[in-house]
Amino acid sequence: MGKITGILMFILAIVSVLLFIGQKLMFGSELWWFPEGISEHAGPIDAQFMRTLIVVGVAFLAAQFALGYAVMRFGRKGDARAVYTHGSNKLEVTWTIITGAVFIALAILGQRVWAQLHLVAAADNAAKIEVVAQQFQWNFHYSGADGAFGRTEARYIDDSALNFVGLDPADAAGKDDAQLTTLIVPKDRQVELTLKSKDVIHSFFVPALRFKQDTLPGMAIKVHFTASKEGKYEIPCAELCGSLHHNMKSNMIVIPSDEFDRLMAMSEEQFKEQLGELLGRYQY
Amino acid sequence: MADAVHPVHGEVHRHPAPTGFIRKYVFSTDHKVIGIQYWSLALFSVFVGMALSLLMRLQLAWPGQEWGFLKTLFPSAAANGTISGELYLSMLTMHGTIMVFFVLTTAPQGGFGNYFLPIQIGADDMAFPVLNMLSFWITFVALVVLLSAFFVNYFDPDDLNMVNVIGPIGGWTGYAPLSALGDKAGPGQGTGVILWITSIALFCVASLLGALNFITTMLNMRAKGMSLMRLPLTCWAWFTTAVLALLSFPVLLAAGILLLLDHLAGTSFFIPGGSYVSGELVKDHAGGSPILWQHLFWFFGHPEVYIAILPGMGLTSHVLATFARKPVFGYRAMVYALFAIGLLGFFVWGHHMFISGMSPYSAIAFSVVTLTIGVPSAIKTFNWLGTLWGGQIRFTTPMLFAIGFVSLFVSGGITGLFLGQTSIDLPLHDTYFVVGHFHLIMGVAAIFGMFAGTYFWFPKMFGKMMNEGMGKLHFFITFIGVNAIFIPMHIMGMAGATRRYSFHFNPVTGEGLQYLSNMTPLTRFISYAAFVTIAGQLIFLVNLAWSWAKGPKASENPWEATSLEWTIPSPPPHDNFAGILPEVHRGAYEFSVPGAPKDYLMQSEPGAAEVHGD
Amino acid sequence: MAEARAESLTVNDWGGGVHPYRVGHRKLGMWLFIMSDTLTFGALLVTYSYARVASVNWPTPFKFSPSIVFSTIMTLVLLSSSLTMVFAVSASKRRKRGAARKWIAATMVLGLTFVVLHVMEWIHLINDEGLAPFALAEEWQKAWPGASPLFGSTFFGITGLHMFHVLTGVIYLGVVAARIKKLNDDVEVAGLYWHFVDLVWMFVFPLIYLLSVDYHGVLGK
Ligand code: HEA
Ligand code: HEA
Ligand code: CUA
Ligand SMILES: [Cu+2]
Repeated sequence: MGKITGILMFILAIVSVLLFIGQKLMFGSELWWFPEGISEHAGPIDAQFMRTLIVVGVAFLAAQFALGYAVMRFGRKGDARAVYTHGSNKLEVTWTIITGAVFIALAILGQRVWAQLHLVAAADNAAKIEVVAQQFQWNFHYSGADGAFGRTEARYIDDSALNFVGLDPADAAGKDDAQLTTLIVPKDRQVELTLKSKDVIHSFFVPALRFKQDTLPGMAIKVHFTASKEGKYEIPCAELCGSLHHNMKSNMIVIPSDEFDRLMAMSEEQFKEQLGELLGRYQY
Repeated sequence: MADAVHPVHGEVHRHPAPTGFIRKYVFSTDHKVIGIQYWSLALFSVFVGMALSLLMRLQLAWPGQEWGFLKTLFPSAAANGTISGELYLSMLTMHGTIMVFFVLTTAPQGGFGNYFLPIQIGADDMAFPVLNMLSFWITFVALVVLLSAFFVNYFDPDDLNMVNVIGPIGGWTGYAPLSALGDKAGPGQGTGVILWITSIALFCVASLLGALNFITTMLNMRAKGMSLMRLPLTCWAWFTTAVLALLSFPVLLAAGILLLLDHLAGTSFFIPGGSYVSGELVKDHAGGSPILWQHLFWFFGHPEVYIAILPGMGLTSHVLATFARKPVFGYRAMVYALFAIGLLGFFVWGHHMFISGMSPYSAIAFSVVTLTIGVPSAIKTFNWLGTLWGGQIRFTTPMLFAIGFVSLFVSGGITGLFLGQTSIDLPLHDTYFVVGHFHLIMGVAAIFGMFAGTYFWFPKMFGKMMNEGMGKLHFFITFIGVNAIFIPMHIMGMAGATRRYSFHFNPVTGEGLQYLSNMTPLTRFISYAAFVTIAGQLIFLVNLAWSWAKGPKASENPWEATSLEWTIPSPPPHDNFAGILPEVHRGAYEFSVPGAPKDYLMQSEPGAAEVHGD
Repeated sequence: MAEARAESLTVNDWGGGVHPYRVGHRKLGMWLFIMSDTLTFGALLVTYSYARVASVNWPTPFKFSPSIVFSTIMTLVLLSSSLTMVFAVSASKRRKRGAARKWIAATMVLGLTFVVLHVMEWIHLINDEGLAPFALAEEWQKAWPGASPLFGSTFFGITGLHMFHVLTGVIYLGVVAARIKKLNDDVEVAGLYWHFVDLVWMFVFPLIYLLSVDYHGVLGK
């Protein structure tokens, strides 16, 4: 019984590890993995993930193998007695210090990208877009040619008139603003999103960006990132927001920066006309 | 005078054995009966929860498929035999709530703790028997209230032919404002949520009463000689769990009351102003905070997950030592690690909220404390290995499950180290990586604790041995099965598979998230593994029934263990020690003592080697 | 005698367990209950502070008279009830059951007075000032533009829960007094509860009332 159990632990450990590192070996590619990263911070996040995977993977293998070995090796032998010991303070201190050091190191390394993303303000030339989430749709509010967002307020919201974000019709700054359900961002230039929600909590998630942020009603959360590859990427909602949560998705299209500027200078109608072409231009 | 010094002796026959069926088995104040009641409640609940997970897996692997039997099962909610988005979510909510509250917070603590804490410390009952009975029955009512939410139908006035939802739709975490807005936020948010939160509030009260009882019992009712450092580690685990429950449930209770007020009294603690829901401006609510619920919930929620696992940890230490025939390695370190986990557990709730919109600075602080809490967990793991090392292991079924516990705890624990880092949590939050993490460590490690406890103590509780053959088969199926279910979930999470989606990609219609279009084989594999594993649980059920009816009689001490429950008949008499309270002479884990006649020394055995554990 | 023996027994002899210095079950249980109830109130007070700090404008509508005068009288009543409770406990310790019973009765009367005064205060706020659990008086909305309607919710939520505790306490004291022969030792335990409820009020009073005084006379005299 001990042998079987021990071998089981070995197999389990090896199979788990293979599942993570063996896909390349088995299929020649990483079939099931993170999607290709397309933001400046995706690389560092993936690197930190790999670092953690290696450290933790070694600990995982060591622990499972030790367990497997112990159950194989120390099965009952006749009437022999077990080693009589109540422990060893020296060992206790050693492994406390080692794990303490490893964990603290991970904890510190694990904050780097976070700090760059969240503790530093967005660059001045960042493209600013407002995101307004609602059950079960993403709305994106572009400032238009003047670069200034029109005033928005809840009482102006009128879904039936397609004023999803609640633009004040009286505000001049809002005249050239555009409301779309697709997010268009420039490549290689910082994007600053202001995330809002009309009703409940949603979460803006682009797996390829390695980015996620909840949107809360009554709050405006500013975040920034830089996309570094052209293409079309999905935006699933990542926070349970009601019965059609699974249906709440949109697209983010990354286009060259100069083309982005041209789009921004267009009127809302012209902008919307471009959309079909843009959506068709890129494959997922 | 002697009575003044031995107050408990005077109280031994406080309540003579009741005779009527109702007083004996239903409204009993005997901690043993209450323990079995809790255990049975968990057993019932876990099968409800498993059935729900089975239906969820069906939908996830074959989205939109029609299943004839669903029409019979949910004639209104699944009238056309498919699982709709809201049916899926209400099943998910029920699955999570039942599993966390009514399985993992009942059996390990209320079940085994109730039954064995008094016996292991040498007491005749809990400190407050009537309160104990009350705790159970409030829990029972809470379960009934929760299950009744299954029968709540939501009738959509705009869609006359469809009555299409059962129960609450908010996940087990019930985030506000979704859960606070009521029916206007969508199906299931009205009556369903009200029943859900009522059930939780009742559950809080029951847990509070239980916790207070456990702490008092352990501090006040230990037999002569049972000093703190001689206690079995199970007792320490139950004690720490009770302290956590005592300090965390009141906060959830307060949050629950506030949420109920938002629903019933029209307050708006969790609803900010200017909300625009379902095409209308919300005029009667303003001023609330959308993030407050999360703080209150997770202040409770994180300690809660330790409430779920600490009893399993205690039991694992106990069982490993018993069947390795070795003293627990580093007993004191084990006790202090329990305390450390309990204490730090109150300062990490923010790791569920890194991207919730709270301050990014506090996220960093929470992240560092979160990784620190891994240290006492690691200490426990190493000490379990140390206990096995150099042992003479007897591979009984409870031992296999305890070994499985260690393995699963390591697997599930280390994935927590990814999530605990703010940067890595950025892509992984609310994906199946998290689902994989908590199922490994909670959904199965803690459940393995319950299995180990059942196989270990069944002989004492019911006087019959369980069948070892079936037990081992059950272990292997379950152990392989759960790894096959939950390890691949991590990969899905890395690929970006979001949680609480009734499907990700439908290979038939091509709907869904395109970047997950190559995940179908993995999704189906997980479902197949789940079906096999769930079927495997029937073996456990058969084993229970068969052993209860036909199993060989259990002796007083079938496992040659040392703690006090093994000094009395199986099952124990009404007042446990028949009026003669035991005296304790040594720690709980004196196995293989050199020079001793047998390879174990009972705690109550006088004389001879007065070794260790003073 | 018992004491004499107790001294010769060190804790070590007993090695834990039921040693003579232990605290009774009920007393320990009550302490634990108080700890957990502290957290319930703590959570509510945190909610209140959170709402207050996070909102643009928090009404401070309580006029010195009648609100503050009234609530000060309530505070005094509750404080004196703590005093009578102390006498009850000390009488029961000296096994003077009759006296203990009388002091408990006095405590109950004071507790009920508190509740009655409090209900009057509520009725005054609702009827005369126009405060409702989830809306503000129009007058207040004008005085504090953009004020949070949570003022009423937190006010009624917290004081309501406290009042519920006082009421439960009165019933509990009644039971103890009625069965004082059997429950003599419980007088002390009930005293713990009563003092706790009193203590909670000592937080509620300044946080909810005194911090909401209309210093600037916004609402006029
Ligand atoms: C029994 C329950 C349980 C336990 C014990 C844990 C333990 C831990 N959990 Fe888990 N967790 C949950 C149940 C549990 N969790 C649940 C239910 C959720 C989701 C809730 C929801 O959203 O629905 C969750 C979610 C969750 C999150 C939030 C994820 C997100 O939503 O984005 C995080 C993030 O930090 C986290 C971290 C941790 C950590 C660091 C531990 C640590 O305590 C683990 C410590 C253990 C070890 C580390 C393993 C043993 C150690 C060794 C073998 C030493 C050697 C190792 C090395 C040297 C590397 N958990
Ligand atoms: C104890 C906790 C527990 C347990 C055991 C399980 C068991 C299972 N869970 Fe569950 N699950 C949760 C807790 C648990 N789950 C929680 C908290 C959520 C989150 C909800 C939310 O998002 O709000 C969740 C969500 C969840 C999802 C995510 C859905 C989504 O996000 O869209 C999925 C998907 O597959 C899933 C599947 C399963 C499966 C297949 C099982 C299996 O059935 C596995 C097989 C079962 C066993 C091996 C256990 C058998 C145990 C016994 C027989 C006990 C015996 C009893 C005694 C000894 C008394 N669960
Ligand atoms: Cu929006 Cu989920
Ligand atoms: Cu946690």
